[in-house]
Amino acid sequence: MQIPVEGFMYPNEVELQWSILIVLYPFITGLVAGAFILASLERVFQVQAVKPTYRLALLTALAFLLVAPLPLQLHLGHPERSLEMYLTPHGSSAMAMFGFVYLWYLMAVLLLEIWLDYRRDIVVMSQKEKGWKRLVYRVLTLGSSNISERSLHIDERLGYFITLIGIPSAFLLHGYVGFIFGSVKANPWWSSPLMPIVFVFSAMVSGIAAVMLIYMFSSRLRGREIDMRCLDTIARYLLYTFIIDFSLEMLDLLQRIYEADESFRSLDFMVHTRLWTSQVIIQILLGTVTPIALIALIQFVKIADVARKRIYGLAGCLTLMGIFAMRWNVVIGGQLFSKSFLGYTTYKMDFATREGLLPALILMILPFVILWVLVKLLPPWLESSPAPAISAAPARGIN
Amino acid sequence: MDITRRRLLVLLPAAAVAWKYVLAGTPEASPNYKLTDHWWGMLLDITKCIGCGTCVRACAEENDVPDGYYRTWVERYHVTDWHIERPEVESPDGGKHGYLHEAAEGGKNFFVPKLCNHCVESPCTQVCPVGATFITPDGVVLVDKTYCLGCRYCIQACPYGCRSLNPKTKTAEKCSLCYHRITKGLTTACCEVCPTGARQLADLKDPKDPIHEFLRTHSIQVLKPYMATGAKVFYNGMDGSVR
Amino acid sequence: MKRFKDTEHLIRLAAVMVIAVIAFVVLRTALVPRSFGEYGHYRGAAIGETAARPVAFAGHQTCEACHTDVVDVKKQGKHVVVACEACHGAQAKHAEDPGSVQPKKLDTAVVCARCHEANSAKPSGFPQVVTADHAGGLACDSCHKPHRPKIETETEVKK
Repeated sequence: MQIPVEGFMYPNEVELQWSILIVLYPFITGLVAGAFILASLERVFQVQAVKPTYRLALLTALAFLLVAPLPLQLHLGHPERSLEMYLTPHGSSAMAMFGFVYLWYLMAVLLLEIWLDYRRDIVVMSQKEKGWKRLVYRVLTLGSSNISERSLHIDERLGYFITLIGIPSAFLLHGYVGFIFGSVKANPWWSSPLMPIVFVFSAMVSGIAAVMLIYMFSSRLRGREIDMRCLDTIARYLLYTFIIDFSLEMLDLLQRIYEADESFRSLDFMVHTRLWTSQVIIQILLGTVTPIALIALIQFVKIADVARKRIYGLAGCLTLMGIFAMRWNVVIGGQLFSKSFLGYTTYKMDFATREGLLPALILMILPFVILWVLVKLLPPWLESSPAPAISAAPARGIN
Repeated sequence: MDITRRRLLVLLPAAAVAWKYVLAGTPEASPNYKLTDHWWGMLLDITKCIGCGTCVRACAEENDVPDGYYRTWVERYHVTDWHIERPEVESPDGGKHGYLHEAAEGGKNFFVPKLCNHCVESPCTQVCPVGATFITPDGVVLVDKTYCLGCRYCIQACPYGCRSLNPKTKTAEKCSLCYHRITKGLTTACCEVCPTGARQLADLKDPKDPIHEFLRTHSIQVLKPYMATGAKVFYNGMDGSVR
Repeated sequence: MKRFKDTEHLIRLAAVMVIAVIAFVVLRTALVPRSFGEYGHYRGAAIGETAARPVAFAGHQTCEACHTDVVDVKKQGKHVVVACEACHGAQAKHAEDPGSVQPKKLDTAVVCARCHEANSAKPSGFPQVVTADHAGGLACDSCHKPHRPKIETETEVKK
């Protein structure tokens, strides 16, 4: 293996163990958690302005959550043994919690909430549709076709409760990923009590940005007018979360520079050389400072709708790029330097191998394919049929 | 060498007795081995290591270690004057072929063999999600090759860099303290072949083991003591510059 | 039953979840290896499996059982502390079947240099030479007998 090494690395450290797929996993679960938090803004915190994106946010979360285990499966030396995580989870391992946290979030939170919210539409469609689609909807009804006022009211109350526990669940889904890194005392780039919190806030940032972009894009696709009040509100929440996230990361950096412990010289050199482009340029300048500045500008200067949309689009894309870069810098950066603090290695990313760039790209596109299927199956928007005269259950997602 | 028939008749029974040590097979071959009677560790004497690399080669042969991966390795340190925090270190191919090229001029040079420290509070066994790596009741940290998922969390968690992923089995790979040897009354491959006695297997539960006296009468170090891993590989004469 | 009419769908959902949990418990009982948890959170049988590997190095006691003449020579010199297989390599196969598996003849230029080539990192008390200056192009065993490396004078050998 001709991997260029600078200085000294322990002989077994030269080859990186966690590849781009492990960068992808926290990025994807981050989008899930963030999209869900945005959805819960409306449900629990009564932020009416973001209502148009409620169902879309939930479906986005589901699409990404279904893809989330795939990079891990591709990475494992023995994916056929992954069931062991459910059979004999090791209580002291943060990674062992993955199986249960994931399952809990998928089953007890996300799927349940989507099902409860869509149940009326599912029952209606199970009676209206033909062919195999009819069968799918009938299965989804679980054999019950009761959409009386009272049953829908019960769904509404239960859905509220699910969203309520869904918020800490979403934090747990992504926070434990931060803990997986933050609890490794052997690695000073990772080991920090701030890790879970930084991960959660950057997850929220990426999720909000993703839903914002998908909402803008899908409205364009459907030829619908974008609700500017909704968009402005989403962007504001993106700004607030981003400021908190950035502050936490800068706090960590400042402390490191000031304390300058044993690892600092080595890490500092690494950031200035191997991580300069991905950390300073892409993550911090382009991916954090620029979007914050752009959205902050809009809060103080009155800008026309069209221009605002463009700025939001740009800010959203830069944000996603920045959060991806953050995951890259944490995962890959943590493996580029030697634990002897005396050397550096290089990450050789292949293209068409099991852990190469190509599977990573496919896995990034896959959630959008799934989202498209979900949108077709469970339309977030009621297009043709008028809302039935049921006042107790407020119809969500009407544009 | 001339072995007469008579000598052979005398030698064969002795060979058979010695040969029982080399029997491969089920643990029934060593029925007298009780897990709770032993607590394994190792003593590495830096003042004796000559960096010949025989231990690295022997380990690779004994344990089928693939090329480019190391269950044990030897580093060479070069420390200039008072710059104890900035040593120059190298380990070409893990020191497998010894060090025939000279070290840098000036300062001091010495060899440091390294291996898994078989930590009592090992961070690697703590993070394994399924229980595929563990410490045995006799103090050896092992990897269960048929259970390991290959997630590599243990490799990330080890502060000493002693783990890798075996490219053939796709499971975690590390020094097993030649468990298949020490449970049969043999010593580890690396200790067997070390020509200067720099490497010595130690049974900390055996009151007759010379390690107890050695630990009492020498200044002893472990690698990265601030990691509080409970390392059981003890170093004599190790410089403060060793990372 | 009218009371539960409006929660019927939730009861059905709960039933699905209960079935799933039961299925999981059954699956777990069937799939977890028998010896798991015997000594700790791992497969107890793994200890025995690891111990059952075949050995490659016979160990010097095994060599010494047959090669007593070499033992007699070695114990007179500094190489008494050096195990046979340190130079001769893994010989468990040879010990198992001495007739058909023969150890390879060693090249002293390679084997000796690994330990004895002068290097500033070696302990100063350790015997080391710069081969180029010392050997004059000769192989090491031209003058040194590896099992008793010290070059003896005539009178010492006769003893």
